[in-house]
Amino acid sequence: MSQEKNRFGAAGLKKSATSLENFLLKSDGAISVLVIVLGFLFATVLIALVGRNPSGMYKSLFQSMTGFNLNNGKWNVRYIGEWLNYSVPFVFCGFAMAFASRVGLFNVGGEGQYIVGMTIAQLCALYFPQVSVLQAALALLLATLGGAAWGGVVGWFKARFEVSEVVSTIMLNYIALYLSRIVTLAIPGANTYKTPNFPATASIKIPFLTKLFNNSSLNAGLFLCVAGILIYYIVMEKTKAGFAMRATGFNKDAARAAGIPVVASVVASMAIAGAFAGIGGGVVALGSFRYGRVITGMDNYGFTGMAVALVGNCTALGTALAGLLFGLLQASQSLMQSNNIPKEITFIIQGLVVVFIAFKTGFRLFFAWRLKSGSKKLEGAK
Amino acid sequence: MIFSSLPSILMIVAPLLIAAAGGMICERSGVVNIALEGLMTIGAFVAATIHYFMEAAGFGRWDLGLALFAAALVSTAFTTIHAYAAINLNADQTISGTGINLLSSGITIFFSQIFFHADRTLPFQMGLLPDATGFYPTLWIAAAVILVSWFVLYKTPFGLRLRACGEHPNAAASVGVNIFGMRWTATLASGFLAGLAGACMVLTESIQFTSNTVNGTGFIALAAVAFGRWKPLGIVGSTFLFGLASALAVLAHDFFPRLTQFLPTEVFNIVPYAITLLALVIFSGRNYAPAADGKPYITRGS
Repeated sequence: MSQEKNRFGAAGLKKSATSLENFLLKSDGAISVLVIVLGFLFATVLIALVGRNPSGMYKSLFQSMTGFNLNNGKWNVRYIGEWLNYSVPFVFCGFAMAFASRVGLFNVGGEGQYIVGMTIAQLCALYFPQVSVLQAALALLLATLGGAAWGGVVGWFKARFEVSEVVSTIMLNYIALYLSRIVTLAIPGANTYKTPNFPATASIKIPFLTKLFNNSSLNAGLFLCVAGILIYYIVMEKTKAGFAMRATGFNKDAARAAGIPVVASVVASMAIAGAFAGIGGGVVALGSFRYGRVITGMDNYGFTGMAVALVGNCTALGTALAGLLFGLLQASQSLMQSNNIPKEITFIIQGLVVVFIAFKTGFRLFFAWRLKSGSKKLEGAK
Repeated sequence: MIFSSLPSILMIVAPLLIAAAGGMICERSGVVNIALEGLMTIGAFVAATIHYFMEAAGFGRWDLGLALFAAALVSTAFTTIHAYAAINLNADQTISGTGINLLSSGITIFFSQIFFHADRTLPFQMGLLPDATGFYPTLWIAAAVILVSWFVLYKTPFGLRLRACGEHPNAAASVGVNIFGMRWTATLASGFLAGLAGACMVLTESIQFTSNTVNGTGFIALAAVAFGRWKPLGIVGSTFLFGLASALAVLAHDFFPRLTQFLPTEVFNIVPYAITLLALVIFSGRNYAPAADGKPYITRGS
């Protein structure tokens, strides 16, 4: 394409195209945007290919984001609340991946850490003394600690026994799933899919928020999520411990030589990563459900959280924005079905985005090659 | 009693063994394929769909072979994504594998909605049935797969080169082995086998494809590769053990009615994962994994 432009001598156009490529080459955020756009493009083409109308997908996404139904012009603020509520666990699980990844670890275990947090929160909701606010707070705290333990053990295996964190986290995901089933099924009064109802004191719903968003299930998890974003940013970018972790991620040997305790860094980072997923599980258990769930499969927040972190380049703001995008896709699923679009298109977009991120180096090489061939041509013209 | 249910246990072992063989070949060449789960899902969906339509069209029993083969081919096609990203672009192999896993769960149900207007395929009448020996034919497929992969990996020059790529690609390249070609072949083979495994699974264990058909089997296969120490015989042992554990989770009520009164059957589900984790920790000092497993091969600019 640049050759075409060169041939027609549009100097200004050429310059802007080059600077765009330069920008895409340098900026991780721009690559993420490109990847998302490509994901949506492919999905749109796919929907059109199977003979459905792609506008249904965009209508659903628009309705989830703004509350406006373009089909009948009605407005309901509840959809915005649902969107935000769906985004909360994605952001938390995104941080579970992101935090570990800044230390150079690939945390596939967000799902297991999320399940442990969820299960502990459910137990606390059923068995702790029913004191309002205090019970819910304690349940979330223990969920966070549970997730931290489930993640920390991975860091310990990695640092002490050199067990690949990818394999051990996958194993721990399934161990968590079946342990959760064993524990939850053992609760008196539990049937094959749910436990008795939680007491009202365990709920983290806030009447003000519920009213503001017209009965949506948006809850205190939103504030915890905002706090989580700030904590992630401050710990990672502004503290000594965060620097030690990032240094370990850049170059383990150099970090060791600089006196950074590498083993402690690895364990701590996996524990903090697990804590994020754990509180995510707690928030979903207490915020979106009134009973404990006997899960038969994964909720997939943890797995999708990996995609969230990858799209967000593991930064605080990027991961939060990516979490909002993935929450939007999730929240619009039921609307898509009613707009005659199979809701699985959202999973396809998520998968495509991750595949394109794997191709990131390819895009980089392509832009670098374009820039190089462009500058060669300029030299030739002289 | 355990003998009478041997065919059912081996029915569960067979796809596990086929997928694990694929994972082993791939990792021995130096590429980790955590997309086994997703590729099995794609294979299962393709096989169930083709079998349903051809059975309905009256092709009788002859379409089953075609369904298996087509499933393996489509899965191979999807593996090219992983192969290209991991081998040519030196991408993080876990990322491209994760991408395929996410993509597969979406794309299979998406096309179920298009073809069948439901989140699953319509059930077929009759899948693969036990043959004259009383065993499911998938067992013979699995046996053939593991024998052939053992022979190719250990008894042919090609296999020697492939293993060299996984241990020390630079050394292999210095004696003229085409690292990219070897890794591509191995990765595509793992995709082919994973698709075949998924197809075997849905055609023997189920009557339709749902989002729960594969349900972690690909990840168990990945664990079986590590627990079997990346060797064919080890993998036969580990898949048999894991298959037995999975089967017991289903059959425990029949075998040990007393035991299941106080021991939840989920305990058997945990077994494969727990012993793999334990084994990795216990044998951590001695490293059995291929030395260059999961590491991109970067050619130095000359």
